[in-house]
Amino acid sequence: MSSAMIDLILQATLDTLYMVAVSGLISTLVGLPLGVMLYVTRPRQILAKPVLNQVLSIITNVGRSIPFIILMVSIIPFTRMLVGTSIGINAASVPLTIAAIPFVARLVEAALNEISPGLIEAAQAMGATPWQIIRKVLIPEARGGIMTGLTITVVTLISYSAMAGAVGGGGLGDLGIRYGYNRFNPTIMLITVVILVIMVQGFQSLGDYLVRKSDRK
Amino acid sequence: MIELSNISKTYFSNNKGRGTNAVHALKNATLTVPKGTIHGVIGLSGAGKSTLIRCVNLLERPTSGSVTVDGQEMTQLSNAALNRARHRIGMIFQHFNLLTTRTVFDNVALPLELMGQKRHTVRDRVIPLLEMVGLADKANQYPAQLSGGQKQRVAIARALASKPQVLLCDEATSALDPQTTSSILELLRDINHQLGITILLITHEMEVVKSICHRVSLISDGELVEDAEVGDFFTAPRTQLGREFLNDFLQLTPPKELIERLLDASGENTHPVVRLTFSGDAVSTPLISRLARECGVDVSILQAKVESIQERTLGLMIAELLGSPTQTQQAMHYLESHQLQVEVLGHVQRND
Repeated sequence: MSSAMIDLILQATLDTLYMVAVSGLISTLVGLPLGVMLYVTRPRQILAKPVLNQVLSIITNVGRSIPFIILMVSIIPFTRMLVGTSIGINAASVPLTIAAIPFVARLVEAALNEISPGLIEAAQAMGATPWQIIRKVLIPEARGGIMTGLTITVVTLISYSAMAGAVGGGGLGDLGIRYGYNRFNPTIMLITVVILVIMVQGFQSLGDYLVRKSDRK
Repeated sequence: MIELSNISKTYFSNNKGRGTNAVHALKNATLTVPKGTIHGVIGLSGAGKSTLIRCVNLLERPTSGSVTVDGQEMTQLSNAALNRARHRIGMIFQHFNLLTTRTVFDNVALPLELMGQKRHTVRDRVIPLLEMVGLADKANQYPAQLSGGQKQRVAIARALASKPQVLLCDEATSALDPQTTSSILELLRDINHQLGITILLITHEMEVVKSICHRVSLISDGELVEDAEVGDFFTAPRTQLGREFLNDFLQLTPPKELIERLLDASGENTHPVVRLTFSGDAVSTPLISRLARECGVDVSILQAKVESIQERTLGLMIAELLGSPTQTQQAMHYLESHQLQVEVLGHVQRND
């Protein structure tokens, strides 16, 4: 294999990691609070706001129901407004982030669901404010579940980022399609798939390790 | 210290167009717990015990009525003032409700953190508490590594961290085995004794009431139907439900073969079977032999039990009275005149 080819593979790997890192980070920063909001604003919860809860829930569902490839092309104007261009890894990171936010939010909500209502009651009996309950009870107690959710998100982002080629996003999936499929180069195809597999394995193991560390049950 | 007056709690559930369904969990409950006493509320599950105890610290807000703790009307407080008031009310639960991701030390420290206390102040408070509940050596362990009894001890230490004047116990021993239950009850009694903390507990176990309560209320279907000194409640419950609890507790029911032979009405050749309850002086009086001498009635004892409840002795007996109808009638009057409670369970056919 030529050194140019190796450079190409290396670059594509870094591109994928970049897109996953940026979208993973931002979607966590937005999705985590959104997930907490979805949970605490439920009826009979510590900050019960049934109407707000319904609105957030519908927005989240809409976000989750749009197929990624359609989301990617339909928000191109928004992407251009945000990062100045509609092609490249920065442009691809925008739809990845948008798609991952509701995903993270629902997984965080599911993790919070696992907490025994008794713990919240005990904290209320101690005179904890809703904010204190979120910070000192909900987040720490759901940490293991949230870690599991974030691991699932990162792995999903790796596979979604392979579609980023459709908007000239670059990365391993794009390389695999353009060189492996369109130019009939099964070696390149195989290499990109192997790298993706290794990446997924790596993130999954890291996630599992972090979950084990935070789980005290 | 705790005063509930006329509190009611009604839950409304929407029945999709067919109007609302109202569930009355509490009906005009009134309860006073004086400072430094241990008050028990006993009832069957679903009777409203949990709702009642949760109304004290407003985990449940009563639909109507007033809740006063330490002279403060709780239902009128702002959120911030309510949280401050809750610092003065500790609570422990059936399932302990410890945070799984915090060590024993950090669990006990939580209420102090919530109050914004400094790290070293927290330490100075937590260590003696752990010593008091006998878990100083477990400070760095996690709840999952502890037994049920140890978890409840941690929960007690946590509830006491903010130096409350009131401790609410929600079925605190219901998830524990009998030995552990008695050690936890002993700890609660010590806390009441040494710190003068007022304790309100709810339970379905008479054993709990018997061993630590001063007064007891009986709750049935959202209503407080009986309120008595524990000694009185165990010797002479005033309600049918109270008697059922007592009989269940004493496990004094007639043998099955006898129940099958019992007739409701007396006949020509029947003997009455009676349950006798006696307390105080009656326990030490040789009434049975006097009965034989003075009324000419023989007594065949089927079951008997003597219990001591907080320095009072309670005797129970199920017996068959052998004699003519007039004699047995006379015998029952004789017993009643000596402060015994006589309850006729039925009549059995004579064997001779």
